[in-house]
Amino acid sequence: MYTASDLRKGLKVQIDGNPYIIIDFEFSKPGKGQALYRCKMRNMISGNQLVQTYRSVDKFEKADLEERKMQYLYNQEDEYHFMDTDNYEQLFITRDHLGDNVNFLIDNMEVEVLFFNGKAIDVSLPIFVNLVVTQADPWAKGDTSGTDTKPVTVETGYVLQVPPFVEEGDRIQIDTRTGAYVTRVKE
Amino acid sequence: MLDRQGLHLRAALFASIRDFFSSRGFLEVDTPLRQPVIIPESNIVPLAAEGQYLQTSPELCMKRILAAGCDKIFQLCPCFRKGERGRYHLEEFTMLEWYRLHADYRHLMDDCEFLLAEVAFGMAKDGAGTGPGGEDGGGGRFDLARPWPRLSVDDAFRRYSPLSLERSMADDCFEEMLVEHVEPKLGFVKPLFLYDYPVEMASLARKKPGDPNWAERFELYLHGVELANGYSELTDAGEQRQRFARELTRIEAMGGSHGGMPERFLADLERLPAAAGIALGVDRLFMLLAGYGEIGRAVPFGPDDF
Repeated sequence: MYTASDLRKGLKVQIDGNPYIIIDFEFSKPGKGQALYRCKMRNMISGNQLVQTYRSVDKFEKADLEERKMQYLYNQEDEYHFMDTDNYEQLFITRDHLGDNVNFLIDNMEVEVLFFNGKAIDVSLPIFVNLVVTQADPWAKGDTSGTDTKPVTVETGYVLQVPPFVEEGDRIQIDTRTGAYVTRVKE
Repeated sequence: MLDRQGLHLRAALFASIRDFFSSRGFLEVDTPLRQPVIIPESNIVPLAAEGQYLQTSPELCMKRILAAGCDKIFQLCPCFRKGERGRYHLEEFTMLEWYRLHADYRHLMDDCEFLLAEVAFGMAKDGAGTGPGGEDGGGGRFDLARPWPRLSVDDAFRRYSPLSLERSMADDCFEEMLVEHVEPKLGFVKPLFLYDYPVEMASLARKKPGDPNWAERFELYLHGVELANGYSELTDAGEQRQRFARELTRIEAMGGSHGGMPERFLADLERLPAAAGIALGVDRLFMLLAGYGEIGRAVPFGPDDF
Protein backbone atom coordinates (compact mmCIF):
# COMPACT_ATOMS: atom_id res chain seq x y z
CA MET A 1 0.00 0.00 0.00
CA TYR A 2 1.04 3.56 -0.64
CA THR A 3 0.00 6.48 1.53
CA ALA A 4 -0.68 9.97 0.22
CA SER A 5 2.82 11.07 1.19
CA ASP A 6 4.27 8.54 -1.29
CA LEU A 7 2.44 10.18 -4.20
CA ARG A 8 4.70 11.75 -6.81
CA LYS A 9 5.02 12.17 -10.53
CA GLY A 10 5.56 8.82 -12.25
CA LEU A 11 4.13 6.67 -9.44
CA LYS A 12 1.75 3.92 -10.55
CA VAL A 13 -1.24 3.09 -8.39
CA GLN A 14 -4.36 1.00 -8.69
CA ILE A 15 -7.75 2.68 -8.38
CA ASP A 16 -11.05 0.81 -8.83
CA GLY A 17 -9.20 -2.07 -10.42
CA ASN A 18 -7.39 0.05 -12.99
CA PRO A 19 -3.71 0.98 -13.19
CA TYR A 20 -3.02 4.70 -13.17
CA ILE A 21 0.18 6.61 -13.64
CA ILE A 22 0.53 10.03 -11.97
CA ILE A 23 1.49 12.52 -14.65
CA ASP A 24 1.29 15.70 -12.61
CA PHE A 25 1.45 16.21 -8.88
CA GLU A 26 1.07 19.15 -6.55
CA PHE A 27 1.35 19.31 -2.78
CA SER A 28 -0.56 22.06 -1.03
CA LYS A 29 -1.42 22.90 2.51
CA PRO A 30 -3.47 25.93 3.42
CA GLY A 31 -2.25 27.55 6.65
CA LYS A 32 -3.29 25.55 9.72
CA GLY A 33 -5.22 23.22 7.42
CA GLN A 34 -4.84 19.69 6.15
CA ALA A 35 -2.32 18.72 3.52
CA LEU A 36 -3.78 18.11 0.08
CA TYR A 37 -2.22 15.99 -2.63
CA ARG A 38 -3.54 16.92 -6.06
CA CYS A 39 -2.84 14.35 -8.74
CA LYS A 40 -3.41 14.29 -12.45
CA MET A 41 -3.48 10.67 -13.50
CA ARG A 42 -3.73 8.65 -16.67
CA ASN A 43 -5.51 5.33 -16.86
CA MET A 44 -2.83 3.07 -18.32
CA ILE A 45 -5.36 0.95 -20.19
CA SER A 46 -7.93 3.40 -21.53
CA GLY A 47 -5.67 6.46 -21.63
CA ASN A 48 -8.37 8.53 -19.91
CA GLN A 49 -7.10 11.24 -17.60
CA LEU A 50 -8.49 12.33 -14.30
CA VAL A 51 -7.68 14.86 -11.61
CA GLN A 52 -8.15 13.90 -7.96
CA THR A 53 -7.27 15.55 -4.68
CA TYR A 54 -6.30 13.31 -1.77
CA ARG A 55 -5.63 13.83 1.94
CA SER A 56 -2.94 12.38 4.19
CA VAL A 57 -5.21 9.58 5.41
CA ASP A 58 -5.87 8.21 1.91
CA LYS A 59 -4.22 4.94 0.94
CA PHE A 60 -3.51 3.41 -2.45
CA GLU A 61 -2.93 -0.09 -3.74
CA LYS A 62 0.18 -0.63 -5.76
CA ALA A 63 -0.56 -1.43 -9.38
CA ASP A 64 0.63 -4.97 -10.13
CA LEU A 65 2.67 -4.07 -13.19
CA GLU A 66 5.46 -5.99 -14.84
CA GLU A 67 7.51 -5.14 -17.90
CA ARG A 68 8.86 -8.00 -19.97
CA LYS A 69 11.22 -8.01 -22.94
CA MET A 70 9.52 -9.78 -25.83
CA GLN A 71 10.14 -10.44 -29.47
CA TYR A 72 7.51 -9.87 -32.14
CA LEU A 73 7.04 -13.05 -34.18
CA TYR A 74 4.19 -12.71 -36.68
CA ASN A 75 0.58 -11.77 -37.02
CA GLN A 76 -2.39 -13.91 -37.90
CA GLU A 77 -5.06 -11.48 -38.99
CA ASP A 78 -5.76 -9.36 -35.92
CA GLU A 79 -3.65 -11.42 -33.52
CA TYR A 80 -0.07 -10.27 -33.09
CA HIS A 81 2.15 -12.94 -31.58
CA PHE A 82 5.05 -12.20 -29.23
CA MET A 83 7.59 -14.38 -27.43
CA ASP A 84 9.19 -13.75 -24.04
CA THR A 85 12.92 -13.76 -24.74
CA ASP A 86 13.71 -15.14 -21.28
CA ASN A 87 11.38 -18.11 -21.00
CA TYR A 88 10.14 -18.45 -24.62
CA GLU A 89 6.53 -18.16 -23.50
CA GLN A 90 4.29 -16.97 -26.34
CA LEU A 91 1.20 -14.81 -26.36
CA PHE A 92 -0.77 -12.63 -28.70
CA ILE A 93 -2.10 -9.10 -28.46
CA THR A 94 -4.97 -7.92 -30.61
CA ARG A 95 -4.63 -5.24 -33.22
CA ASP A 96 -7.06 -2.99 -31.34
CA HIS A 97 -4.81 -3.07 -28.31
CA LEU A 98 -1.69 -2.30 -30.29
CA GLY A 99 -3.18 0.72 -32.00
CA ASP A 100 -0.68 2.65 -34.14
CA ASN A 101 2.15 0.38 -33.00
CA VAL A 102 1.19 -2.11 -35.74
CA ASN A 103 2.57 0.36 -38.26
CA PHE A 104 6.10 -0.22 -37.02
CA LEU A 105 6.24 -3.90 -36.02
CA ILE A 106 8.55 -6.08 -38.08
CA ASP A 107 9.45 -9.71 -37.48
CA ASN A 108 11.93 -10.33 -34.66
CA MET A 109 11.67 -6.77 -33.33
CA GLU A 110 12.41 -6.52 -29.58
CA VAL A 111 9.77 -4.66 -27.61
CA GLU A 112 8.79 -4.07 -23.97
CA VAL A 113 5.40 -5.45 -23.06
CA LEU A 114 3.66 -4.09 -19.99
CA PHE A 115 1.51 -6.48 -17.98
CA PHE A 116 -1.15 -5.53 -15.46
CA ASN A 117 -2.39 -8.38 -13.26
CA GLY A 118 -0.82 -10.78 -15.76
CA LYS A 119 -2.55 -9.25 -18.78
CA ALA A 120 -0.64 -7.44 -21.51
CA ILE A 121 -1.86 -3.83 -21.66
CA ASP A 122 0.80 -1.95 -23.56
CA VAL A 123 3.73 -2.40 -25.88
CA SER A 124 6.63 0.05 -26.03
CA LEU A 125 8.56 0.06 -29.26
CA PRO A 126 12.05 1.41 -29.77
CA ILE A 127 11.79 5.17 -30.40
CA PHE A 128 13.35 4.80 -33.85
CA VAL A 129 12.78 1.92 -36.27
CA ASN A 130 14.26 1.34 -39.72
CA LEU A 131 11.80 0.14 -42.34
CA VAL A 132 12.17 -0.67 -46.06
CA VAL A 133 10.24 1.39 -48.58
CA THR A 134 8.18 -1.03 -50.66
CA GLN A 135 6.41 1.43 -52.91
CA ALA A 136 7.37 4.92 -54.00
CA ASP A 137 6.72 7.03 -57.03
CA PRO A 138 9.91 7.99 -58.82
CA TRP A 139 11.25 11.45 -58.20
CA ALA A 140 10.32 13.56 -61.19
CA LYS A 141 13.46 15.63 -61.53
CA GLY A 142 12.72 19.16 -62.46
CA ASP A 143 9.34 18.93 -60.79
CA THR A 144 8.87 22.47 -59.62
CA SER A 145 5.29 22.07 -58.45
CA GLY A 146 6.47 23.18 -55.06
CA THR A 147 5.65 20.07 -53.02
CA ASP A 148 8.71 19.00 -51.09
CA THR A 149 7.37 15.64 -49.86
CA LYS A 150 5.73 12.61 -51.41
CA PRO A 151 3.90 9.59 -49.97
CA VAL A 152 5.61 6.19 -49.77
CA THR A 153 4.56 2.80 -48.40
CA VAL A 154 6.88 0.83 -46.08
CA GLU A 155 7.09 -2.92 -45.49
CA THR A 156 4.42 -2.88 -42.76
CA GLY A 157 1.93 -1.26 -45.12
CA TYR A 158 2.22 2.09 -43.34
CA VAL A 159 2.07 5.16 -45.59
CA LEU A 160 3.95 8.34 -44.70
CA GLN A 161 5.30 11.53 -46.24
CA VAL A 162 9.01 11.60 -47.10
CA PRO A 163 11.38 13.87 -49.08
CA PRO A 164 11.19 13.28 -52.83
CA PHE A 165 14.65 11.66 -53.11
CA VAL A 166 13.55 8.55 -51.18
CA GLU A 167 13.19 5.59 -53.53
CA GLU A 168 11.74 2.11 -53.53
CA GLY A 169 14.10 -0.28 -51.72
CA ASP A 170 15.56 2.46 -49.49
CA ARG A 171 15.64 1.92 -45.76
CA ILE A 172 14.30 4.86 -43.78
CA GLN A 173 14.25 5.72 -40.09
CA ILE A 174 10.86 6.54 -38.53
CA ASP A 175 10.10 8.06 -35.12
CA THR A 176 7.53 5.67 -33.58
CA ARG A 177 6.20 8.38 -31.24
CA THR A 178 5.06 10.60 -34.09
CA GLY A 179 5.11 8.23 -37.06
CA ALA A 180 7.21 10.77 -38.96
CA TYR A 181 10.14 10.28 -41.30
CA VAL A 182 13.54 11.02 -39.72
CA THR A 183 16.25 10.15 -42.25
CA ARG A 184 17.31 7.79 -45.00
CA VAL A 185 19.54 5.04 -43.64
CA LYS A 186 22.74 4.14 -45.47
CA GLU A 187 23.19 0.40 -45.87
CA MET B 1 21.60 26.33 -5.55
CA LEU B 2 21.40 30.09 -5.46
CA ASP B 3 23.98 31.83 -7.62
CA ARG B 4 26.09 34.74 -6.37
CA GLN B 5 23.51 37.32 -7.36
CA GLY B 6 20.73 35.29 -5.70
CA LEU B 7 22.73 35.10 -2.48
CA HIS B 8 23.27 38.87 -2.55
CA LEU B 9 19.57 39.51 -3.11
CA ARG B 10 18.60 37.15 -0.33
CA ALA B 11 21.07 38.80 2.04
CA ALA B 12 19.60 42.19 1.07
CA LEU B 13 16.12 40.92 1.93
CA PHE B 14 17.26 39.64 5.33
CA ALA B 15 19.08 42.90 6.05
CA SER B 16 16.12 45.08 5.13
CA ILE B 17 13.77 42.94 7.25
CA ARG B 18 16.08 43.49 10.24
CA ASP B 19 16.35 47.21 9.46
CA PHE B 20 12.59 47.50 9.24
CA PHE B 21 11.96 46.01 12.66
CA SER B 22 14.97 47.53 14.45
CA SER B 23 14.05 51.01 13.25
CA ARG B 24 10.56 50.51 14.68
CA GLY B 25 11.77 49.50 18.10
CA PHE B 26 11.34 45.73 17.79
CA LEU B 27 13.75 43.56 19.73
CA GLU B 28 15.33 40.69 17.79
CA VAL B 29 15.16 37.47 19.79
CA ASP B 30 16.52 33.97 19.20
CA THR B 31 14.82 30.98 20.74
CA PRO B 32 15.92 27.30 20.63
CA LEU B 33 15.29 25.38 17.43
CA ARG B 34 15.01 22.14 19.38
CA GLN B 35 12.45 21.93 22.15
CA PRO B 36 10.97 19.18 24.30
CA VAL B 37 7.44 20.59 24.02
CA ILE B 38 5.97 22.06 20.86
CA ILE B 39 2.63 23.44 19.74
CA PRO B 40 0.12 20.58 19.52
CA GLU B 41 -1.28 20.92 16.00
CA SER B 42 -2.66 17.81 14.33
CA ASN B 43 -2.12 19.18 10.83
CA ILE B 44 1.56 19.88 11.35
CA VAL B 45 3.94 16.97 11.86
CA PRO B 46 7.20 17.80 13.66
CA LEU B 47 10.61 16.30 12.95
CA ALA B 48 11.92 14.37 15.95
CA ALA B 49 15.41 15.17 17.25
CA GLU B 50 16.92 13.00 19.97
CA GLY B 51 13.83 12.75 22.13
CA GLN B 52 12.84 16.34 21.41
CA TYR B 53 11.44 18.16 18.39
CA LEU B 54 12.66 20.68 15.87
CA GLN B 55 10.36 23.66 16.15
CA THR B 56 7.46 23.94 13.73
CA SER B 57 7.29 27.63 14.67
CA PRO B 58 8.91 29.79 17.38
CA GLU B 59 5.47 30.90 18.55
CA LEU B 60 5.38 29.43 22.06
CA CYS B 61 8.79 30.75 23.11
CA MET B 62 8.13 34.15 21.57
CA LYS B 63 4.83 34.54 23.41
CA ARG B 64 6.56 33.63 26.66
CA ILE B 65 9.04 36.45 26.02
CA LEU B 66 6.09 38.71 25.28
CA ALA B 67 4.44 37.67 28.55
CA ALA B 68 7.69 38.59 30.33
CA GLY B 69 7.09 42.18 29.27
CA CYS B 70 8.89 42.76 25.96
CA ASP B 71 6.34 44.67 23.94
CA LYS B 72 7.65 44.32 20.38
CA ILE B 73 9.78 41.37 19.28
CA PHE B 74 10.76 39.66 16.04
CA GLN B 75 12.73 36.62 14.93
CA LEU B 76 14.10 35.21 11.69
CA CYS B 77 14.68 31.47 12.05
CA PRO B 78 14.43 28.06 10.43
CA CYS B 79 11.31 25.97 11.04
CA PHE B 80 10.74 22.32 10.23
CA ARG B 81 7.60 20.50 9.16
CA LYS B 82 7.76 16.87 8.24
CA GLY B 83 6.49 15.73 4.86
CA GLU B 84 5.78 19.19 3.47
CA ARG B 85 7.36 19.27 0.06
CA GLY B 86 5.95 20.93 -3.03
CA ARG B 87 6.26 23.93 -5.26
CA TYR B 88 5.71 26.23 -2.28
CA HIS B 89 6.77 23.92 0.55
CA LEU B 90 10.05 22.79 2.03
CA GLU B 91 10.51 20.65 5.11
CA GLU B 92 12.99 23.25 6.37
CA PHE B 93 12.15 26.87 5.67
CA THR B 94 12.83 30.33 7.04
CA MET B 95 10.16 31.99 9.10
CA LEU B 96 9.81 35.61 10.13
CA GLU B 97 7.63 36.07 13.18
CA TRP B 98 6.79 39.28 14.96
CA TYR B 99 4.61 40.07 17.95
CA ARG B 100 3.11 43.21 19.45
CA LEU B 101 1.62 43.76 22.90
CA HIS B 102 -1.57 45.82 23.15
CA ALA B 103 -2.40 45.23 19.49
CA ASP B 104 -4.78 43.17 17.38
CA TYR B 105 -4.66 41.61 13.92
CA ARG B 106 -5.37 44.90 12.16
CA HIS B 107 -2.07 46.35 13.42
CA LEU B 108 -0.31 43.38 11.85
CA MET B 109 -1.98 43.99 8.50
CA ASP B 110 -0.64 47.55 8.61
CA ASP B 111 2.82 46.18 9.47
CA CYS B 112 2.66 43.89 6.43
CA GLU B 113 1.85 46.77 4.10
CA PHE B 114 4.81 48.82 5.30
CA LEU B 115 7.19 45.86 5.55
CA LEU B 116 6.72 44.52 2.04
CA ALA B 117 7.03 47.94 0.43
CA GLU B 118 10.25 48.54 2.30
CA VAL B 119 11.92 45.17 1.69
CA ALA B 120 10.97 45.18 -2.00
CA PHE B 121 12.61 48.59 -2.27
CA GLY B 122 15.65 47.29 -0.37
CA MET B 123 16.04 44.41 -2.79
CA ALA B 124 15.57 46.62 -5.83
CA LYS B 125 18.38 48.89 -4.56
CA ASP B 126 20.63 45.89 -4.18
CA GLY B 127 20.78 44.79 -7.75
CA ALA B 128 17.36 43.58 -8.73
CA GLY B 129 16.90 44.38 -12.36
CA THR B 130 18.68 41.36 -13.66
CA GLY B 131 17.06 38.78 -11.39
CA PRO B 132 15.64 35.53 -12.71
CA GLY B 133 12.16 37.03 -12.67
CA GLY B 134 12.97 39.20 -15.65
CA GLU B 135 13.97 42.74 -16.26
CA ASP B 136 12.40 44.13 -13.15
CA GLY B 137 13.69 41.36 -10.92
CA GLY B 138 10.15 40.21 -10.20
CA GLY B 139 9.32 42.87 -7.64
CA GLY B 140 8.04 45.23 -10.30
CA ARG B 141 5.25 42.85 -11.21
CA PHE B 142 3.47 43.74 -8.00
CA ASP B 143 1.82 46.92 -6.88
CA LEU B 144 2.67 47.13 -3.20
CA ALA B 145 1.25 50.61 -2.61
CA ARG B 146 -1.06 50.56 0.37
CA PRO B 147 -3.85 50.07 1.23
CA TRP B 148 -4.23 46.45 0.09
CA PRO B 149 -7.64 44.85 -0.40
CA ARG B 150 -9.12 42.96 2.56
CA LEU B 151 -11.61 40.17 1.95
CA SER B 152 -13.34 38.08 4.60
CA VAL B 153 -13.18 34.29 4.23
CA ASP B 154 -16.96 34.20 4.07
CA ASP B 155 -17.07 36.74 1.23
CA ALA B 156 -14.20 35.03 -0.59
CA PHE B 157 -16.13 31.75 -0.62
CA ARG B 158 -19.24 33.54 -1.78
CA ARG B 159 -17.29 35.12 -4.59
CA TYR B 160 -15.07 32.28 -5.79
CA SER B 161 -16.11 28.91 -4.38
CA PRO B 162 -18.86 26.72 -5.83
CA LEU B 163 -19.80 25.81 -2.24
CA SER B 164 -20.48 28.40 0.45
CA LEU B 165 -18.18 28.52 3.46
CA GLU B 166 -20.91 27.07 5.67
CA ARG B 167 -21.50 24.20 3.28
CA SER B 168 -17.77 23.55 2.80
CA MET B 169 -17.33 23.30 6.57
CA ALA B 170 -20.34 21.00 6.91
CA ASP B 171 -19.12 18.76 4.07
CA ASP B 172 -15.55 18.75 5.36
CA CYS B 173 -14.06 20.17 2.18
CA PHE B 174 -12.91 23.62 3.33
CA GLU B 175 -9.29 23.01 2.29
CA GLU B 176 -10.25 21.59 -1.11
CA MET B 177 -12.48 24.58 -1.95
CA LEU B 178 -9.90 27.04 -0.64
CA VAL B 179 -6.99 25.54 -2.57
CA GLU B 180 -8.81 24.84 -5.82
CA HIS B 181 -11.17 27.79 -6.13
CA VAL B 182 -10.31 30.62 -3.76
CA GLU B 183 -6.51 30.86 -3.39
CA PRO B 184 -5.81 30.96 -7.16
CA LYS B 185 -7.80 34.23 -7.28
CA LEU B 186 -6.07 36.04 -4.41
CA GLY B 187 -3.41 38.70 -4.41
CA PHE B 188 -2.73 39.35 -8.06
CA VAL B 189 -0.99 42.67 -8.71
CA LYS B 190 -1.79 43.88 -5.19
CA PRO B 191 -1.40 41.64 -2.14
CA LEU B 192 -4.64 40.70 -0.37
CA PHE B 193 -5.63 39.96 3.21
CA LEU B 194 -8.06 37.08 3.68
CA TYR B 195 -9.49 37.57 7.17
CA ASP B 196 -11.90 36.26 9.83
CA TYR B 197 -11.71 32.48 9.81
CA PRO B 198 -14.30 30.09 11.21
CA VAL B 199 -13.49 29.60 14.89
CA GLU B 200 -12.81 25.89 14.22
CA MET B 201 -9.66 27.06 12.43
CA ALA B 202 -8.53 29.37 15.17
CA SER B 203 -5.88 27.25 16.84
CA LEU B 204 -4.13 30.00 18.83
CA ALA B 205 -6.22 32.97 17.69
CA ARG B 206 -8.79 34.74 19.77
CA LYS B 207 -12.50 34.79 18.97
CA LYS B 208 -13.93 37.96 17.52
CA PRO B 209 -15.29 40.02 20.41
CA GLY B 210 -19.07 39.90 20.12
CA ASP B 211 -19.12 37.21 17.43
CA PRO B 212 -17.69 33.92 18.74
CA ASN B 213 -18.23 32.05 15.46
CA TRP B 214 -15.23 33.80 13.98
CA ALA B 215 -11.56 34.01 14.87
CA GLU B 216 -9.51 37.19 14.43
CA ARG B 217 -7.09 35.56 12.06
CA PHE B 218 -5.88 36.52 8.59
CA GLU B 219 -3.66 35.25 5.86
CA LEU B 220 -1.70 37.41 3.45
CA TYR B 221 -1.76 36.34 -0.20
CA LEU B 222 0.44 37.48 -3.03
CA HIS B 223 0.14 36.03 -6.50
CA GLY B 224 -2.10 33.20 -5.23
CA VAL B 225 0.56 32.19 -2.69
CA GLU B 226 -0.08 32.29 1.05
CA LEU B 227 2.69 34.38 2.57
CA ALA B 228 1.75 34.98 6.17
CA ASN B 229 -0.67 33.95 8.88
CA GLY B 230 -1.43 36.42 11.65
CA TYR B 231 -3.93 36.79 14.45
CA SER B 232 -5.03 38.48 17.59
CA GLU B 233 -3.62 36.15 20.21
CA LEU B 234 -5.83 33.98 22.35
CA THR B 235 -4.82 34.98 25.89
CA ASP B 236 -7.39 32.89 27.75
CA ALA B 237 -5.21 30.08 29.11
CA GLY B 238 -8.23 27.90 29.96
CA GLU B 239 -9.59 28.04 26.43
CA GLN B 240 -6.12 27.51 24.98
CA ARG B 241 -5.71 24.40 27.14
CA GLN B 242 -8.98 22.98 25.81
CA ARG B 243 -7.92 23.60 22.22
CA PHE B 244 -4.53 21.97 22.81
CA ALA B 245 -6.21 18.99 24.51
CA ARG B 246 -8.41 18.52 21.45
CA GLU B 247 -5.37 18.62 19.18
CA LEU B 248 -3.44 16.18 21.35
CA THR B 249 -6.34 13.73 21.14
CA ARG B 250 -6.36 14.07 17.37
CA ILE B 251 -2.59 13.56 17.13
CA GLU B 252 -2.87 10.40 19.23
CA ALA B 253 -5.77 9.13 17.14
CA MET B 254 -3.58 9.55 14.06
CA GLY B 255 -0.75 7.65 15.73
CA GLY B 256 1.50 10.72 15.85
CA SER B 257 3.91 11.69 18.60
CA HIS B 258 3.90 14.87 20.67
CA GLY B 259 5.66 16.50 23.57
CA GLY B 260 2.56 16.74 25.75
CA MET B 261 0.68 19.78 27.04
CA PRO B 262 2.83 22.96 26.92
CA GLU B 263 2.36 23.67 30.64
CA ARG B 264 5.02 26.37 31.05
CA PHE B 265 3.60 28.21 28.06
CA LEU B 266 0.06 28.02 29.47
CA ALA B 267 1.29 29.32 32.82
CA ASP B 268 2.95 32.30 31.11
CA LEU B 269 -0.14 32.87 28.97
CA GLU B 270 -2.01 33.77 32.17
CA ARG B 271 0.14 36.91 32.34
CA LEU B 272 -0.12 37.87 28.67
CA PRO B 273 -2.10 41.05 27.98
CA ALA B 274 -3.80 41.61 24.63
CA ALA B 275 -1.33 40.87 21.86
CA ALA B 276 -1.04 39.99 18.22
CA GLY B 277 1.49 37.96 16.27
CA ILE B 278 2.23 36.80 12.77
CA ALA B 279 4.40 34.29 10.91
CA LEU B 280 5.63 35.06 7.40
CA GLY B 281 7.35 32.61 5.06
CA VAL B 282 10.53 34.39 4.04
CA ASP B 283 11.55 31.91 1.33
CA ARG B 284 8.19 32.32 -0.36
CA LEU B 285 8.43 36.10 -0.16
CA PHE B 286 11.91 35.96 -1.66
CA MET B 287 10.71 33.54 -4.33
CA LEU B 288 7.97 35.96 -5.38
CA LEU B 289 9.94 39.19 -5.18
CA ALA B 290 12.98 37.81 -6.98
CA GLY B 291 10.90 35.84 -9.46
CA TYR B 292 11.96 32.26 -8.75
CA GLY B 293 9.16 29.96 -9.85
CA GLU B 294 9.43 27.55 -6.95
CA ILE B 295 10.59 27.69 -3.36
CA GLY B 296 13.28 25.03 -3.81
CA ARG B 297 15.15 27.40 -6.14
CA ALA B 298 14.84 30.42 -3.81
CA VAL B 299 16.95 28.98 -0.97
CA PRO B 300 20.75 28.71 -0.92
CA PHE B 301 20.50 24.92 -1.02
CA GLY B 302 17.27 23.23 -2.11
CA PRO B 303 16.35 19.53 -1.87
CA ASP B 304 17.66 18.98 -5.41
CA ASP B 305 21.11 20.34 -4.52
CA PHE B 306 22.25 17.27 -2.59
